[in-house]
Amino acid sequence: MSDKRPFRSRILGLWTLGVYLWLFAPIVVVVIFSFNSPAGKFNTSWNKFTLDNWAHPFRKADYTEALITSLQVAAVACLVATIFGGLMALATSRYEFRGKGLVNFILVLPLTTPEIVMGSSLFTLFFARDVSFGFTTVVIAHILFCLSFVALTVQARVRGFDWSLEDAAMDLGSTPWRTFRTVTFPLILPGIAAAGLLSFALSIDDYIITSFIAGDQTTTFPMRIFNANKTEIPAQVHVIATALLFIAISLMAIGAWRTVRRNATPA
Amino acid sequence: MTVSEKDNATPSLSQRRAVIEIDNVSKVFGDYVAVEHANFTIHEGEFFSMLGPSGCGKTTTLRMIAGFETPTTGAIRLEGSDVSRVPPHKRDVNTVFQQYALFPHMTVWDNIAYGPRAKKLDKAETARRVDEMLEVVRLGDFAKRKPTQLSGGQQQRVALARALVNYPKALLLDEPLGALDLKLRQGMQLELKRIQREVGITFIFVTHDQEEALTMSDRIAVMNAGRVEQIGTPREIYDRPSNVFVAGFIGQANLWPATVKGHKPNATTVEVAGRTLDVSQDDSALGVGDSGTFMVRPERMYVEQQLSDESRWTVVGTVAEMVFQGPVVRYELVLPDGAHAVAHVPARREGLPVPGDTVHASWADDAGVLLADPHNASPATSSNTSSNTSPTATEPEPKETEQ
Repeated sequence: MSDKRPFRSRILGLWTLGVYLWLFAPIVVVVIFSFNSPAGKFNTSWNKFTLDNWAHPFRKADYTEALITSLQVAAVACLVATIFGGLMALATSRYEFRGKGLVNFILVLPLTTPEIVMGSSLFTLFFARDVSFGFTTVVIAHILFCLSFVALTVQARVRGFDWSLEDAAMDLGSTPWRTFRTVTFPLILPGIAAAGLLSFALSIDDYIITSFIAGDQTTTFPMRIFNANKTEIPAQVHVIATALLFIAISLMAIGAWRTVRRNATPA
Repeated sequence: MTVSEKDNATPSLSQRRAVIEIDNVSKVFGDYVAVEHANFTIHEGEFFSMLGPSGCGKTTTLRMIAGFETPTTGAIRLEGSDVSRVPPHKRDVNTVFQQYALFPHMTVWDNIAYGPRAKKLDKAETARRVDEMLEVVRLGDFAKRKPTQLSGGQQQRVALARALVNYPKALLLDEPLGALDLKLRQGMQLELKRIQREVGITFIFVTHDQEEALTMSDRIAVMNAGRVEQIGTPREIYDRPSNVFVAGFIGQANLWPATVKGHKPNATTVEVAGRTLDVSQDDSALGVGDSGTFMVRPERMYVEQQLSDESRWTVVGTVAEMVFQGPVVRYELVLPDGAHAVAHVPARREGLPVPGDTVHASWADDAGVLLADPHNASPATSSNTSSNTSPTATEPEPKETEQ
């Protein structure tokens, strides 16, 4: 028994390492290749180390333009989806109403709908209504698929919220709006922030749905990469991908650090 | 039957100004009647308790006074003006919540300052009031702490200070001591009385703990199944319960079935346990031939082998059990008709009857009370042909926390 245990834990360690490799190998490759000086148009085989890509991340104008479009779409979609999704989460958690079960079910639906289905149905919807494809339709679509993620994330945070705190605030003379501003919102803010980050990431990331309804004039960053990958993969793609990755990691780290610090306040 | 406040209020209280009037208030949730025709007045500076078992409507009544529920019918008046439909943030009453509901993201100081800031008082006045309240609840050193860094008793004090800081016309307390352990709870009972004397504000206290209500209250409203069964001082409610429910819920009681045989001036003749005796009370609610319940408190009973005072009412019984409980000995007697009797007798060293002895169980003239049977049969009283044989609501210990 006693010599079996180290053996078992060594196997477990190796297995864990394997899983992490599996998960992170593609990400590591992206980071490494952002420092590669490609021999041709495709930054896919290692040539030699360079910092040149990082010195000129925006050299390829069409990629930069696509990135800006993506950031604009994500900003609007994230803002709108967070506000409305957050309100939906509050409504479904705080109040009892007819059809609440149905509303909750409908909230989950977009998560389980294949993107290809949602993309094609949005295409049909806009096409049938003669809506011209472009920035607006992309934003509408992104709000649509972010909404459910936000609502469910905030719902999880709001579950277990002590609603008697709102009673207490109003009992002390606070109007419903002031109660929300000073009690409810600060307490659910971490959930809202997490939901906002998530929807921003989802929006930046989406290709399939966007490609259906973007039209000819609007190109997001993922579309730009995908549309060009037969002819070129410049190192700037790796640089920008790596930068986005590190921004996301830093935001998560800040969030985690704040949580730890709050919980570690001496009792 | 609803008990009107006029019948029970002591003169000194009814002369005081009315702070809250509950005027024929009912509250219905769907087809569930939570409160039925409640009718009473709470006076300035009074410590008023609403006491009853889980689901009796006491918390619903409190929430209607606070403004969290709206009466289905009837009106609630605060210093004369109808507030039945005024939202909570526009009412001059404040609440101490059952689980305190302290704002976890604010310090103790900011929690207490929440009320004055909501009322838009200036900074100096807010600070003055908060510091004053910290002084009243003796938490000055904890102002900068977060609620999670406080003990249960300290959180309780913060909740109290936060609710008092607006100088409300009445303070509503919803089982505020339920979450504390026994020792702390007893300490807080006295503390609450001290604070109430200090600030002079009307306290309306909801509890299911009869001992707590007896200890702290000027007056108690005993509630059951949505109805107010009786309102009175702790003494009145204990000595002269208005019905079997109240008798059984407050303290311990011997409850025997009785039949009215006749009326005399200031007395009613009843047949109890095969004996005919007089009750020094002229209960017009019961006519000749009506059945009621006869009550004697265990500590008012004498248990003797030789009856020492011929003026007392007596039944003869056999000692079934004798339990030494420290200051008293608890006797369980079996009466000739099979009914049980419980008596608490001072624990003398000698001359106490032992199990198997035939004894006289006796009580003074004013110890017996004739009760009309309750308007609705409740589980605590329906099976009580012989009292104290089942663990019904007659034990003096605090009952388990509800909810």
